[in-house]
Amino acid sequence: MNIIVVGLSHKTAGVEIREKIAFSPTQMEKPLKTLVELPDITEAVIVSTCNRVEIYATTRDVAGGMARLKRFLADYHNFPLETLEKHLYSYHGEDATRHVFRVASSLDSMVVGEPQILGQIKTSYGYAAEFKSSGIILNRFLHKAFSVAKRVRTETKIASSAVSVAFAAVELAKKIFGELGDKTVLLIGAGEMCELAAKHFINVGVRGVMVTNRTYERAEKLAEEFDAKPVRFEDLMDHLPKADIILSSTGAPHFIIRENDMEEVLRRRKHKPMFFIDIAVPRDIDPKVNDVENCYLYTVDDLNGVVATNLEQRKIEAAKAEAIVEQEIGQFFKWLASLDVTPTIVALRSHFDEIRKAELAKTLSNWKDLPPGAEKKLEALTNAIMNKLLHQPTSTLKRTDQGSRNDLYVDALRSLFDLQTETEQENLMELED
Amino acid sequence: MNALLFNSTLVIYAVVTAIYLLYLLKPKDSLGKTGLWLTLAGFVVHCGFTVNRYLEAGHTPITNLHESLSFFSLAIVGIFILFERRYKISILGSFMMPLALLVMAISASFSSVIPPLNPALKSKWLAVHTIMAFLGYAAFAISFGVSIMYLIQSHFLKTRRLGPMFQKLPALDLLDDISYRCLTFGFPLLTFAIISGAIWAETAWGTYWSWDPKETWSLITWFIYAALLHGRLTTGWRGRKAAMLSIFGFVIMLFTFLGVNLLLPGLHSYK
Repeated sequence: MNIIVVGLSHKTAGVEIREKIAFSPTQMEKPLKTLVELPDITEAVIVSTCNRVEIYATTRDVAGGMARLKRFLADYHNFPLETLEKHLYSYHGEDATRHVFRVASSLDSMVVGEPQILGQIKTSYGYAAEFKSSGIILNRFLHKAFSVAKRVRTETKIASSAVSVAFAAVELAKKIFGELGDKTVLLIGAGEMCELAAKHFINVGVRGVMVTNRTYERAEKLAEEFDAKPVRFEDLMDHLPKADIILSSTGAPHFIIRENDMEEVLRRRKHKPMFFIDIAVPRDIDPKVNDVENCYLYTVDDLNGVVATNLEQRKIEAAKAEAIVEQEIGQFFKWLASLDVTPTIVALRSHFDEIRKAELAKTLSNWKDLPPGAEKKLEALTNAIMNKLLHQPTSTLKRTDQGSRNDLYVDALRSLFDLQTETEQENLMELED
Repeated sequence: MNALLFNSTLVIYAVVTAIYLLYLLKPKDSLGKTGLWLTLAGFVVHCGFTVNRYLEAGHTPITNLHESLSFFSLAIVGIFILFERRYKISILGSFMMPLALLVMAISASFSSVIPPLNPALKSKWLAVHTIMAFLGYAAFAISFGVSIMYLIQSHFLKTRRLGPMFQKLPALDLLDDISYRCLTFGFPLLTFAIISGAIWAETAWGTYWSWDPKETWSLITWFIYAALLHGRLTTGWRGRKAAMLSIFGFVIMLFTFLGVNLLLPGLHSYK
């Protein structure tokens, strides 16, 4: 049995294609059932997120299976196959396994290390389980992917640092203030990056937001958007002491916050620390503010520097993660190979034969006055019993027309008689984990 | 027995210090955990030493520098464990355990013979006065460690050096808060220690206050911490300024404790 993957992602297709090919999460039953009814396809799971659409399937015929999945994607969405094919990638065997392990571990994501993708694959797998389109191989395949992702997360620091300017600002604020729940953000001006940073601060739950702008109407409009308090630009110095985090991006040609303003401001706020983020070019805040006690000033370049360092760190961690993925591929293939019928029959027979020989030896050693020739007859008898007992299961296994049930039998036999050796040690991870 | 327990404590603290210093360079969580467990083990052995010494001497074992320093170290470790558990900051160990080890090592350099008890020390006030004083000192020691951490973290933030140590050091506000809590815990203890000492002095020497060097320097220490607390509460001394004052206060406190005993002759000179 072979595993195949056909799909497209942010790396191979633009959003205008991705949105046309996406599957709605509320309507997974129909496509999943259609897929497993296709000839050559025995199991299928669809992963559909805003950045990727992928079908994982099992098939006996790799080329045929891939062709059917491609055709299915095009037909299901009424999209011309020739156009679609240019954006599709397809993998089978080891490459397919590497691919899904990397996707689940977020090594293939737009922002490497972002954790959402694992949850999305788990949800997709949930649908497949619910509509019974996945079976023994894809179950194991995806559970393995989850456990690889978990290993990557615990053994590397791939997701431990902020990799966007807005997030870096939040992380730095946390290093100054600890909890941000009782902090107030002041937004000066209305740059895009400033607004984004403000949104991140609101997401982590700051107590309040104030907005000011040279044109008061603009401040009011923005304030409405953020559920914030508008402040007149002329009153900036009155409100500054109330703000813990100041995000500034005005188009002013000169500094709007100067070092010598700060003494009064800090006195009024009892010297509680202040965190300034100056995103404006030319700068809004006098760099000397950073020299004032309890004031911390970061410019957009500083934040970019933080992000670059973090990205560099992620690259190192990603290399470690890739090594983990490679290790785990080997393990999964050992299990997959164990599903082959012939080695299982051989293992099963030798397992029974070992028992037979051991028991026979035990009996014969206790049996002193055995008539001549009896030993051979007992040998033949036990052999015949074993062969009779194993005949039916062996011939059932050898029948090649039963598709995925064969894998099920093989897997069950290996578990029942403990035939598997190194591959089966790890427990299946809980789906919710 | 005494020597065995004392030396075991010294060895465990040395190992713990090495682990915590390694943790400072390479902040791996497993190092922090190992450090804490070993610290707990050291603390238990150290308590064993103190109890054993009490049983052998027949009085609270804080009557000479060997005993006092050991008790000071015990108090530092005890309060460190409490704060580490409360705030879950392993890196605090990197700052406190070297100090605890140093104090123990100095203690080891003084004679461990149990001398006959000075008549003035034969009092129920011995335990009250000294234990309060040393618990207060230990709280100031934690405040000192946390203040150093504050200065380092603040320096990292100002100069944008955001390496692994920056990541492991807690937020500035938390450090400031811990330092403040230590002061509010240590200051009343120091106050009571001075008051109980005065009462004891009255019964032992017939006068509440005799301006002996120890008394004078205790009062200076008390004023420094009082000023720091007052400044924090009223004018908002916080952050760097508070951290530097806390460090200064600790240095003066150390002089009150050690310098006065060793350098300035007076009623409190117990070597």
